[in-house]
Amino acid sequence: MSLEWYLALSALLFTVGVIGVLIRRNAIIIFMCIELMLNAANLAFVAISRELGDPSGQVFVFFVMTVAAAEVAIGLAIIVSVFKHRETVNVDEVDSLKG
Amino acid sequence: MEFAGIKSLIFYAFALLTVASAVLVVTVRNIVHAAFSLMITLFGVAGLYVFLQADFLAATQVIVYVGGILVLILFGVMMTSGRLQMRIQIERGQLILGGLVALLILLLLFGVISNTPHWEGIKDDGSTLEPTTRTIGEMIMQGEFLLPFEVVSILLLVALIGAALISRKEVRDEE
Repeated sequence: MSLEWYLALSALLFTVGVIGVLIRRNAIIIFMCIELMLNAANLAFVAISRELGDPSGQVFVFFVMTVAAAEVAIGLAIIVSVFKHRETVNVDEVDSLKG
Repeated sequence: MEFAGIKSLIFYAFALLTVASAVLVVTVRNIVHAAFSLMITLFGVAGLYVFLQADFLAATQVIVYVGGILVLILFGVMMTSGRLQMRIQIERGQLILGGLVALLILLLLFGVISNTPHWEGIKDDGSTLEPTTRTIGEMIMQGEFLLPFEVVSILLLVALIGAALISRKEVRDEE
């Protein structure tokens, strides 16, 4: 299986994530789509790391996973507290900071 | 070449599984179904990591993403979908515009992939899976990635404390 296949798959996965962020209005679904995009980037990292025979790429993926875990913890805390105050997780209705 | 044929068949199966369930995450109406589709996607990516001989990352993917992040997301779903069962509607204009932007991004990515020279493909000699855990561990704990590792652990600690602080119950002082 050549590298292009993995990169094409990664690009496809990333695009699906982008579509999700752009068209869905539920904050938690948007969150999941961000995870999709992170996974796509990770897949590209691992594929290129294998291609080059250099495990640094895998270490990067390890760090990305850590930051993703931190991001999920903070993001969900924010979403839950927004829901407590406004009773909605629709991103179109949470627009008090809009100018 | 019987072995290679089966291998590429399994690769296609994993790729299809991953992309199809990713599409389901985006399109499905029920948010819990979306979360479970995301689980299938994450498992599919873990399978692809095995294909790329990244066994440590495959295990980490399952443990951290499926075991940690996904459970956290499900908790988020549980805590935010209370009495008002929210309708998840997609506006038509947004769909068209979003699809257009995503198509542009996809074309850009494919253009970059196909126009970059000297990618000959993975030299797949059908060798056995070599464990990568030791290499990665040595790179993190003794090699050049020690400082990033410490920084990222502090980041994680700060993020967790911050998350606890944000989501705690408001305590009013009794005066």
